[in-house]
Amino acid sequence: MKQLLILGGGTAGTMAANRLRRRLSPGEWRITVVDQSEDHYYQPGQLFIPFGIYQPRDLVKPRRRFLPAGVELVIAEIELVVPEDNKVVLADKTELFYDELIIATGTSPRPGETAGMAEGEWRKSVHEFYTFEGATALAHKLADWDGGRLVIHIVDMPIKCPVAPLEFTFLADAYFAEQGMRDRVEMVFVTPLDGAFTRPVASRHLGAMLEERKVSIETDFTVERVDAQERTLVSYDEREIPFDLLVTVPLNMGADYLARSGLGDDLNYVPVNPQTLQSKTHENIFALGDASDIPTSKAGSVAHFSLELFEDNFVHHIHGRPMTKLFDGHANCFIESGHGKGLLIDFNYDTEPLPGKYPLPGLGPFSLLRESEANHWGKMMFRWVYWNLLLPGKEMPLEPLMSMAGKEVEEAVR
Amino acid sequence: MPVATINDHLVQVDEEGFLTDYDEWNEDLARVLAAQIGIELTEDHWKAISFLRSDYKLTGETPTLRRVTTVGGIPTKELFVLFPKKPAKKMAYIAGLPKPRGCV
Repeated sequence: MKQLLILGGGTAGTMAANRLRRRLSPGEWRITVVDQSEDHYYQPGQLFIPFGIYQPRDLVKPRRRFLPAGVELVIAEIELVVPEDNKVVLADKTELFYDELIIATGTSPRPGETAGMAEGEWRKSVHEFYTFEGATALAHKLADWDGGRLVIHIVDMPIKCPVAPLEFTFLADAYFAEQGMRDRVEMVFVTPLDGAFTRPVASRHLGAMLEERKVSIETDFTVERVDAQERTLVSYDEREIPFDLLVTVPLNMGADYLARSGLGDDLNYVPVNPQTLQSKTHENIFALGDASDIPTSKAGSVAHFSLELFEDNFVHHIHGRPMTKLFDGHANCFIESGHGKGLLIDFNYDTEPLPGKYPLPGLGPFSLLRESEANHWGKMMFRWVYWNLLLPGKEMPLEPLMSMAGKEVEEAVR
Repeated sequence: MPVATINDHLVQVDEEGFLTDYDEWNEDLARVLAAQIGIELTEDHWKAISFLRSDYKLTGETPTLRRVTTVGGIPTKELFVLFPKKPAKKMAYIAGLPKPRGCV
């Protein structure tokens, strides 16, 4: 009997367990998932918690329910991977051996990595929305905040769901308008990038949307420290940005056991071949979802598209055949823009997000890089899709590789 | 792929002028590239440039600012003084390496 061990039962790990259980003979392969908690969170919903649109209870379900029969779930902290011995050591010193290992333990915010951030003002005037505790604390803060200077801030790239800080900004603008207090809030968007987003065309579109909403933007800002006393962000080149309320995206890092095991880069991400997701150093280790170092968004859609191809590759791999389904970094993300509208972006390693229609060229129903109500409904419906189609690994009418059909390319050529 | 003439040498560059061939770089070229963006190279600059070159050779990636600090041992604050405003980009430009990749 062979053993496939999957570390992490989140979006990528759960999809992998479901897809591979169908492909691997139960008489030949045992599949075990290790995760540190019983709860599976619908993470895209976290963005809506600060504005009272979702409550935390709307977004959590038991992890076990989304794993198929024939997959064992172990709830435990991971201490170490020992690739030389093909084993994983848990915090209680239990050893789990594997023939093939999938690392899917994602990424997490690390406020402690920025001086002054996690100290005195943490969860008082300094907030984040990437954890359930953080998003909930921010909801309480916003509910009785009477205005002032709101600074939305990103420490460094890459981050999970790179559009989320912009979405938060758009939703906050709409929220304050609806509360009749937008004129009492000054909004500033502070980024280490040279524009609103990473790639030129999307950066122009999204930058214009910030301008329309009277949000000023401070670019190329590499934060040195948060001065909690003075309520000020200080950069390495000595710029200072005062705030009454700071909503920051702390440095994101992969799981610490990867550093201890010598499997991570300086941010604890596993270096992999970007087309096959196979570890660059160990043939029987793969990293799926946010845990790898592939140069595309850390997002559930990347996990989804890559998994469709990975499933076939993995079967080839265990039979000693070459892996032929090569991933192109395809991702698409809905971007909530407030007042019941949203945008959609679709891109890969080589092609930046462009305007157009998706998935059907000319028809949509979704509009790329433009605001529409259909995009907003797509985003709201996605919660159902996530639990019922995505996690179980059911067929969806979307191609895993990106297509240029439906995209307008003129704008990209400057 | 565009070609540029720097110091009477033909070199391969990308659209933004970053060298694309690791082996076309040399120290004289670095001085010219630095001068183009208003930097005169001192010993401290060279320490950073040498780290970038050797780290790239090791990993195949242009190191991030964080990596120059944690692995190369040069404080971020100092990098901002040596290469004002956009240290990661400027260091890569002078060291003849690809622009640090922007992740979406």
